[in-house]
Formats: sequence, C-alpha cells, structure tokens
Amino acid sequence: MRPRGGVQWTLFGLFLVALVPVVGERYYVDLTTQILIYALFALSLNILVGYCGNLSFGHAAFFAIGGYACVILTTTYEVTLIISLGLSVLISAVAAAAIGYVCVRLAAMHFAMLTLAFSMLVWSIAIKWTPVTGGDDGFVGATLPDLISNPVSFFYFALLIFSTGLILLRVICTSTFGRAMIAIRENETRATFMGMDVRKIRLQAFTIAGAFAGLAGALLGLYNRGMYPESAFWTESGQVLIMVLLGGMHSFIGPVLGAAALYILETMINQYTEYWQIVLGVILLGVVLIAPDGLAGLLSGFRKRKDDSVTGVDSE
Amino acid sequence: MFIQLMNSLALGMNLFIIAVGLTLIFGVLRVINFAHGSFFMIGAYVLYSVVKRTGDTALGFWGGIVVAMLVLGFIAWLVERFLLRRLYDKEHLLQLVFTFALVLIVGDLVKIIWGPLQHSISYPPGFGGATDLGISRYPTYMLFLILSGPVIAVSLWLILEKTRWGRIIRAARLDRQMLSALGVNVKAVYSAVFVAGAMLAGLGGALAAPRLAVEPGMDALIIIDCFIVVIVGGLGSLWGSFFGAIILGVATIFGTLIFGEWEIVIVYILMVAVLLWRPWGLLGRIEEDRH
Amino acid sequence: MILNVENTSRSFSGFLALDNVNLQVAEGEMHALIGPNGAGKTTLFNVISGLISADTGTVSFKDRELSRMKPHQIVEVGIARSFQRVNVFPRNTAFENVQVAFIARNREHFKIFAAAYGKYTQEIMELLILVGMADDASTPAGELAHGKQKQLELAVALAANPALLLLDEPTAGMSIAETMSSIELIRDIVKGRNLTLLFTEHDMTVVFEIADRVSVLHHGQIIATGDGETVRNDPEVRRVYLGTEESES
Repeated sequence: MRPRGGVQWTLFGLFLVALVPVVGERYYVDLTTQILIYALFALSLNILVGYCGNLSFGHAAFFAIGGYACVILTTTYEVTLIISLGLSVLISAVAAAAIGYVCVRLAAMHFAMLTLAFSMLVWSIAIKWTPVTGGDDGFVGATLPDLISNPVSFFYFALLIFSTGLILLRVICTSTFGRAMIAIRENETRATFMGMDVRKIRLQAFTIAGAFAGLAGALLGLYNRGMYPESAFWTESGQVLIMVLLGGMHSFIGPVLGAAALYILETMINQYTEYWQIVLGVILLGVVLIAPDGLAGLLSGFRKRKDDSVTGVDSE
Repeated sequence: MFIQLMNSLALGMNLFIIAVGLTLIFGVLRVINFAHGSFFMIGAYVLYSVVKRTGDTALGFWGGIVVAMLVLGFIAWLVERFLLRRLYDKEHLLQLVFTFALVLIVGDLVKIIWGPLQHSISYPPGFGGATDLGISRYPTYMLFLILSGPVIAVSLWLILEKTRWGRIIRAARLDRQMLSALGVNVKAVYSAVFVAGAMLAGLGGALAAPRLAVEPGMDALIIIDCFIVVIVGGLGSLWGSFFGAIILGVATIFGTLIFGEWEIVIVYILMVAVLLWRPWGLLGRIEEDRH
Repeated sequence: MILNVENTSRSFSGFLALDNVNLQVAEGEMHALIGPNGAGKTTLFNVISGLISADTGTVSFKDRELSRMKPHQIVEVGIARSFQRVNVFPRNTAFENVQVAFIARNREHFKIFAAAYGKYTQEIMELLILVGMADDASTPAGELAHGKQKQLELAVALAANPALLLLDEPTAGMSIAETMSSIELIRDIVKGRNLTLLFTEHDMTVVFEIADRVSVLHHGQIIATGDGETVRNDPEVRRVYLGTEESES
C-alpha cells in the first residue's frame, strides 16, 4: 500500500525535461511544450476515466472553454495573464459543474454520449459566435506578456504550470476523495452502501477534471497565440482518450507517457509518410488488443507481474 | 414551406437509414461504433467507383449500391470476426478506442485509394427530374429518399418482430448468457448484426452520395448527426431513431430557415433539451448499462 | 421498535414480491428473516436500505421515515447492510476495502487535500482483527477465500458504525465449520456493541441458535413472527415448509 518511489522519479523526470532547452534545438523545445500541454489535458481526463471509471467522450469541451476564455480575456479584455489563467480555470470548472450535473445522472455509454453531445454544443458555439470567438477561422492574434513571449521562456512557463497541475492532481488522486473515486469505479453499489453520495462524488470529479482541462487549454491558447474550434471537436476528445489509453489509464503518470508517445510517434512517422493516421490506427488496434494497460502497464509488467498498479490506488 | 418540409424528411430519412445501423449494433453488441461514419463514407466511395466505370446507367447506380453494401458487409465481417469479437467483455474505453482506430485507418485509406479531392455522383437515370405532387413539384430522387426510410423501417421492424432471427436478436439484447445457454450461436448473431448494421451504413452512404460531395472528412460529420439521432431517439431503439431522424431533419432545415447559421447550435440545444427531459432519449429504455 | 416496516408492498412488472409486509424489529434484538427462495427476503432488504423503493407503505427507523431517503442517507442514519452475493472491491486489499468505509463514515469522501495514505490504520486493524482477518490485510479482496470475503463484508458494514445491521445470508457458501464460527462471531459483535441485527439465513440450525425472534416470509407476506419455538410450531409455517405432508394429515 505504500506509494513507491514515484515522487523521486517524477522529480527526476521533470528535471530532465527542464534541460531540454539547454541541450535541444528550438524544434524540440516546441515539441516538448506541446507534449506538456497535452499531458496535462490527458492527466485531467484520467481523473474521470482511470480513477472514477466514467468514460467521457467530450472532455475537449473544457479544454476549448479554458483556451478561448484565456485568449479572449488576455487579448479582447486585456486582463493580466495570471488573472486570465485563474479565470479560465474557474470558467471551465463552472461549465464542467453545470454540464456534469446533467451528465452524472447517466452511466457508462449513455454518459459518454451525453458528454460528447455537450462538447459538440461547445464546438458549434465556438464556430458560430464569430464576434467573440472568431468563428470558423478561430481566434487569432492573442497577445502574450513579454516575459513568456519567446519559446524558451514559454517552455519554462508551461513546465511550471504543468508541474503545479501534476502535483495538485497527484494530491487529489491520493486523497480520501481519490479513494472514494476508485471505490466508485470498482463497485458503485458497494460505495453507495458505505454511505457515499455517488453522484456528488462523480460530479466533483467531473468538475475537477474540467478545471484542469481548462488550464491545459489556456496554455494551448497562449502557446498558439490563438484558439481554434477544432479543439472542441469530437476527434480532439478522441485523441486525448488515446493518450490516456496509450499511456495506461490504471496509472497516475500513464497519461503523460501516452501524450509523449503520441507526439513523438507522430513526429517520427511524419518523416516517412503523410498518412500518419493510418499508422496510429494500426498501433491503436495493437494496443487495444494486445496491451490494454498501455505503456505504464508494459513498464510495470517488466517489474512485477500483476503488481498493485492494477488497483490504481498507489501506483506512481 | 412544403418544399422545406419535404427536404426535412428527405434528410431525416437518409439519416435514419445510417443511424438505424448504429442503433442496431449498440442494441445488441453494446458497442458505440464510431466507425459507422467511416462505413457510410466507404459506401459513398464504392458507389462512386462503380458509377465511374459503368457511366451514368441505371444498372451502374443501383448495382453500385448493392456492391457498396456487399463490400461493407465483407469488411464488417472481417472486422467483427477477427478483431472486435475479442473486446466484447472488455472495458468500454477499449471498444471505443478500437472503433476510433478504425476511423483513423479508414480516413487515410480513403485518401490513399480515392485521393484527397472531392467527387460527385449524378442522380440515377429517371430520378434527375422533378415530380408533380399536386401542391408543388419536387425532385424525384429526394422523393425516393423520403420513401426509402419508411420502407427500411417497416422491413426491419417486420424482421425483428416476425422472424426467428428477429426473435433471437431481440433476445440477445436482453440477456446474452441466457441465449447462449439455450444453444443459440450468439457469436454468429453478433457477427450478423454487425454486418447488417454496416451494410445499412453503406446503403445510407450510397443513397446520400448524389446529394452530397463525396470527400474525405464526410465521415466525421455524419457520425455526429447519427449520434444526435440515436441519442434523441433513444440508444438501441428502432423507432426512436426513425423519429429522432425526422426531428433532426426538421430541426436542421427549419433551423436554418429561422436562425440562419446558428442552426447548428439550435440542433445541439434541442438535443440537450430532450436529454434533460428524458435522459434515455424519446423511446429509450431506462436501464443500468454498467457492468 | 428501532425498525418499523408498515404495509409495504412492491411489485415487479405484475409480480407481487412484497405483499403488505409488516415487520417490527426491537432495539438490541437479533431478528431472523426466513422463507423459501423467492419469498421476497432480499427485496425487503433492498426496500429497507433504499436500493429500491416500495410501491406503498412506510419504513421508519428510530421514528425517521426512510422511504424518501437515498441509500447513502440511510447509511448515515445508522443502517449498514451486506449483500447475499459477495460485494467487495475485488482489486483493492482488505485493508483498503475497510479504509474506504471509514472515509465514507467520517464524511471525508469529498476532501481532496486529505491524504488517504495510512489513514485509520489503527481502527482498520482493530476491525480486521475482530473479524479474524489480521493476516489478510494486504491481500486483494478478490483473492480471498469466499468465507473471508464474507467476513470482510462484515468488517466493511461495521466500519459504517451502524445501529442496525442488515446481513443478507451472512453464511451463504460457507462450510459447516465456517458457518458456526462465523455465526458466533456475529453474535459476539452484535451483543458486544449493542447493535440490532436483522438477517436472512437459509441454515435453520443457525437461525434457531442465535435469533431472538424470527419472521417468516412467504410469497411476499409475513406469515408468522415470534420466538423460535412459536414459529416452529406455527401451523402456517409448518404447512409452507413441510408442504403437502402436513396438509394431507
């Protein structure tokens, strides 16, 4: 039951990542920044999918809401960066609480479909509310404070936000609330008859996941200096689910590995063929059919077969 | 007004044919098939290839539709028999990502085989003109689409209600273990349902081809329309998707008329409203599908 | 009366599973609910614990009406239950199973900054020792023997600190030896902690051994209530259990 030495490894990993701008070219700095953003997004989704056992297919909604909120606040309303970030998270959380309130009444596939429906509602608003969101063409030309306007300083800014998010999510997942989520995932009836209000716990998980997705989205908006409706489209929700699956949903850090794997694969494969999606599709079929616990599952499989990462409780 | 109503029905009935395959597959296999839109797209492309070779002949068009359905039936059989079958008792996430992987693969394959450009198909001979309906003249092909919906719906309903296969399929929706205990080859039932669902998607895609552009990316939008139809109508319900399709057709056409480009937002708001009122859709059954 | 079920009926698509049931459980007693398979025992448990709602009638606990409460609220007022089919978190250890119950009992399941690690270790170990599972703390519940899983369920139910314990077939699937030790354990705990127990049981030896009072459910109706002796001699009960033999004579 003891959390294993995950903390040291995570700090070591963050340290290595921090070295990227020192040793790598601009290209790798950009790649790593994108990975950090999507890793945070995937971590937030895993709260729902991995911990709470609720398959959301509309998580991109909150990613997009956070992103649009942030670029609109900083650019249209010229709000300070930190306040914009905070407000973006808050707005995403409120949206998630409102949407979640309806969605958590449903289970399993119905839940997945309803979250998908809401994310498409967000997408449709993003493409049609042109005066505010920039419509089909997206919101372009977001302004950034000088401090983070060059790629390297932005990289460290993203790393800071990512690390904060990672630590907070880790604390949440190992909290008593985290245990309650796992209990619900494992056996909802039993959890109910321990005296838990399952719906409220699922709603709280949904809201937290939405808030962190919003934070990741805000980072993306700043990174791209704009936000595009594709970020709310259902394929974006599909992509982040793929990251969670690739990395391993029964592990806290898995989604980070998944996000990194997906980006690195894409970069590598794009050098050989323009048909990256077909390669990804085949890889996914392999993962689903052969290694459903993802990269983290493979890694822990090397260490110890059937170790406690299966419980999802205390794996790193 | 009359024209708009007819257009709503034509769109709705076309959507119904596609969506009913999705709902049928979900009803029995409990799998949400994201690749359903891809099947739809393949149907349209296969018809395009056949018509290109045969020229604009009646045989080419109608034969092409049959070919499209057969191709999809075969693809679906392969997919179900060798891949999907291993995932029935696995987590929903795996099934979902599996069908999503198919979407990615088919999306690129279509580009590789047919190229990234847009293609179009003309109406089949004899259906290019308009028919006088007394009130107004209306394009014959669209009229054919409107009529095809109820025909398919009633045929499916008859098959489900009156035949032995139909009884087995309905039983499979309720309790697959029991069915297996009774000596029914459940695997074959699942296979057949998946194949039938994919063939319906192919039929829908082929029938839709003359009214749309055949191009990569047509899968991602149609699948969302299908989801709206089955969510509003109720997952797994035949008549639910029939009425869901009509509602979506009407909402799309009249939404555009009244709200202009905000139509798409209205459609989603309508869907959310239905779900707030009836979380399991109009004709969906309340069920605990958690396992 | 700590628990009062009055005129409660429930039907499932036409089938009357509970037919105007009246059942009173006195504080501190060990009350057995018996009856043939399909008599409605589990349905009655499900109604009391809020898993399903009754069509008519009222259920009250310590003079509080339960019918409108959600299952988790019913746990909060002091009713904990176990399930006939083992119902644990199979992939979590025995320790973690009980820990979650403590977290829920102390209303900490919404706290996102309260670290769970090591929480309630002492209380959990005390409970595990009480049910004879001290050595199994770190075994995943799904890998425990059936009898142990039943004991774990008991520990989980006790962790909720209930005043009334509903145990649905606490000895189902156990060997005779396990059954006897398990039933003694349950008696000791119930008496030692001043709990009230309502349980269903198929083993009549057990029932008449430990129950203060017995109620017999048949076709959804309570046909007799009383101490073991009264119920054993009740003509209606004899007819139901012994069937034709009795009615012919």
